[in-house]
Amino acid sequence: MEGIRKNKFHESQTFRRRFMKTIIMLILLVGSVVILSPVWWLVSTSLKSMQEIMQFPPSFMPESFRWQNYVEAWNTAPFTRWTLNTLFVTTCVVIGNVLVNSFVAYGFAKVKFPYRNLLFTIVLSTMLIPGFVVMIPQYMLFAELGWVNTYLPLIVPAFFGSAFFIFLLRQFFMTIPNELIDAAKIDGANHFVIWWKIVLPLTKPAIATVAIFSFNGAWNDFLGPLLYLNDESLYTLQIGLQTFKGTVSTQWHYLMAASVMVLLPVILLFFIFQRYFIEGANITGGGTKG
Amino acid sequence: MNQAEKMLKKAETTHDFPIKAKREKKKEEKGINPNISTKKTGLFSSFSLKNRENIQGYIFVLPWIIGFVVFTMGPMLFSLYASFTNYNITSHMDFIGLDNYSRMFNTDPLFWTSLWNTLYFVIWTVPMTTAGAVLLALLLNQGVPGMRIFRTIYYLPAVLSGVAVYFLWMQLLSPSTGLINTALAWFGIDGPAWLFDPEWTKPALIIMKMWGVGGGMLLYLASLQGVPKALYESATLDGANAYHRFRHITLPLITPVIFFDIVTSLIGGFQIFQEAYVMTESGSGGPMNSLLFYNLHMWNNAFEIFDMGYASAMAWILFFIVMVLTVINLRLGKKWVHYEGGDD
Repeated sequence: MEGIRKNKFHESQTFRRRFMKTIIMLILLVGSVVILSPVWWLVSTSLKSMQEIMQFPPSFMPESFRWQNYVEAWNTAPFTRWTLNTLFVTTCVVIGNVLVNSFVAYGFAKVKFPYRNLLFTIVLSTMLIPGFVVMIPQYMLFAELGWVNTYLPLIVPAFFGSAFFIFLLRQFFMTIPNELIDAAKIDGANHFVIWWKIVLPLTKPAIATVAIFSFNGAWNDFLGPLLYLNDESLYTLQIGLQTFKGTVSTQWHYLMAASVMVLLPVILLFFIFQRYFIEGANITGGGTKG
Repeated sequence: MNQAEKMLKKAETTHDFPIKAKREKKKEEKGINPNISTKKTGLFSSFSLKNRENIQGYIFVLPWIIGFVVFTMGPMLFSLYASFTNYNITSHMDFIGLDNYSRMFNTDPLFWTSLWNTLYFVIWTVPMTTAGAVLLALLLNQGVPGMRIFRTIYYLPAVLSGVAVYFLWMQLLSPSTGLINTALAWFGIDGPAWLFDPEWTKPALIIMKMWGVGGGMLLYLASLQGVPKALYESATLDGANAYHRFRHITLPLITPVIFFDIVTSLIGGFQIFQEAYVMTESGSGGPMNSLLFYNLHMWNNAFEIFDMGYASAMAWILFFIVMVLTVINLRLGKKWVHYEGGDD
């Protein structure tokens, strides 16, 4: 008697759990369709003809795949030049961010010096300053230096550390056992050697996370180039794409094709290095606790 | 403990925060003592070792210190001064007292419009993105099959940003042939003109923002997966239902992340600029200035008419508003954020 009742209880439990899981699964599936449909719209519009875009009701599948939209859009504006410019700026920013932030973060994580905690508190509090508050006075500074219409205002600050990346890397470096660093010290290594030869190779995942985040940040940066670059030949893709809209006005098939091309590197990077995004969330999530 | 060690300890406690120093001392005693060589070589070289450590430490953080002084502190102080002048970069910088500030509050109606538009956006997006991200993370954490694929799909919009995405949304929000109004029509709803109707421009941007809700989700998911399963199992044995388990186990453990999310997304919300700039003919502010956000108004003053003094004053008022809200957040946070290992 007891046994049967227990069994029934179990059955209803597993049935309920299965039912709940099915419901959750359905919600997630519907949500996925909602989330992905704009991406589908982007790609399908980029392959339509202008006539088809204007037609009502709109079609979900292009009547014929006009791949030439991509070629024509690319050739309407100096996209090749803009891509090279963007690659140059992005590469410099990534190098600066990876080297300098890991260097600074090592100091905060593994070297003891007076006022270290106070300084780190200041690093964290700079994250609370809205970017726009600093942007206007920074522009005045760079204008004084004659850096307007060069890449310097976009690149140079990346070589002086960014609060979020310092925080991220410090969290990661804290997990390296002190014994390892002390052992290296006893072997006669100073902190610079330890940072370069031991810590950097050990923390490749965190470094990769910073590299990818800062690649995305630099690739998508709109405000910096908008503010500092005046010559069309210096434009990056974001600004180029914005000007491109002025050129093709409402020719949405070209605009969407160009948009796909600008987004493509970011999407590819995301699918290839997805685990580093998750890594970044893990470190940040862990770091917010206490 | 010899003389040298005592002095070292003293030096540490006076320089560092006392509590932290105590903690670190404990850790040190567990591990290898870094000052082990002091016993052999005596007072003088032990201090030089400590000094060397200090100097190295400062060299490591020097790039950040320089950057902070040159690119953040210095410019901000300069702009504080500039906010009391009629600075326009090229010709004049005369001290005009509080004129910029009084003009902002008394004679610039667009200041209030832009502040209201920004607050409207923040008030809607901060709770919605936070709640949405928590809910999404909870759903993804229920052990449904294909969790990794769902996680990828939901996170994807968070990596897509910049001008291309704004163009895509202009297309999606197109009143007649856009995807959104087409979808609404299936349910018999006659969709609004979105970016062309001053009533609907801000909701349009809020919807766009919600598309990227998966960005915060990843943070919560990471934190949810760190909750020990045993906690749930023992609670279930004690008869706790799903709601109780969420309310008393899950929620307290993710409050630090919620808090972090609210603080940063509040600051981020006040930054809204690019969307409005790109989606409304080069920063015009949209129909009836309904998308003239604070930063857009500031931008127009700074870089369209080069009234840097006024723009600087606006920047400082924004800084002040955000600081006050953040301090309130931090104060309130103490009441509801649960940190592991006690309340200190």
